[in-house]
Amino acid sequence: MSTTPEIEALIQQKLDELLPQKLEALLAEREEAKTPSMTIIATKGTLDWGYPPFILASTAAALGWEVTVFFTFYGLNLVKKDISDLQVSPIGNPGMPMKMPFGPDWFKSINWNIPNIVQTNIPGFEALATTLMKQTIKNNGVASLAELRELCQEAGVKFVVCQMTVELFGFTHEDFIEGMDYVGAASFLPVAQKADVNLFI
Amino acid sequence: MNFDRELDARGLNCPLPILRAKKALGEMQSGQVLRIIATDPGSVKDFAAFAKQTGNELLSSAENNKEFEFYIKRK
Repeated sequence: MSTTPEIEALIQQKLDELLPQKLEALLAEREEAKTPSMTIIATKGTLDWGYPPFILASTAAALGWEVTVFFTFYGLNLVKKDISDLQVSPIGNPGMPMKMPFGPDWFKSINWNIPNIVQTNIPGFEALATTLMKQTIKNNGVASLAELRELCQEAGVKFVVCQMTVELFGFTHEDFIEGMDYVGAASFLPVAQKADVNLFI
Repeated sequence: MNFDRELDARGLNCPLPILRAKKALGEMQSGQVLRIIATDPGSVKDFAAFAKQTGNELLSSAENNKEFEFYIKRK
């Protein structure tokens, strides 16, 4: 029995050598087999800010990811039955280029720098900006928001809605498209915890 | 190159070419080839990434006259 400590030392040494490699291989295998997942918190309810969650969700689904979008606060507007009335506002939004979607190229390239004080005093300014934005979207072969939302649903993107804000803003479930889950933060967070990508938009 | 199905994504912008391609591939058999024509310059890198992530094989990616042509083999 005098050899036992030597054998044990040998085993220990072999294990130290082999275990890290084995573990590395197992982890790589597991990573490979795992379906990537993403959660998005959609908090904005304007035409322009509706795009990022629907574009990223539909694309992730096309890549084979599991996607959940949690609509809360103004984001509720994105899951209303009719989203054709969503607007875009250039007021107080200096990052937004103001360009015309028609006319010759030199005219389309002009960035109309209209001061906020003028914008706010012209009735229907936001409606006009929205019409121009929709035309620009169409001209550029960008999908409509409703189309992207439909593509998300077809691809199995899960939509969940914040029940608290539904009540806060005086909506009913009838206002929203079919297939929504109405939940609270406590239901959403465990899903987000397991996801590889979490976005707040 | 031979192909089994064609997708005309000209004039479409991100992410529509990818979404339409995914849908078309979903309706095809394993081993069949989809030819895609697109005008979105971003689609070159996007289709490479799409193929890598989904395991469908990007057989070729080429540009001629501001049009991009992709051949993707269904996994």
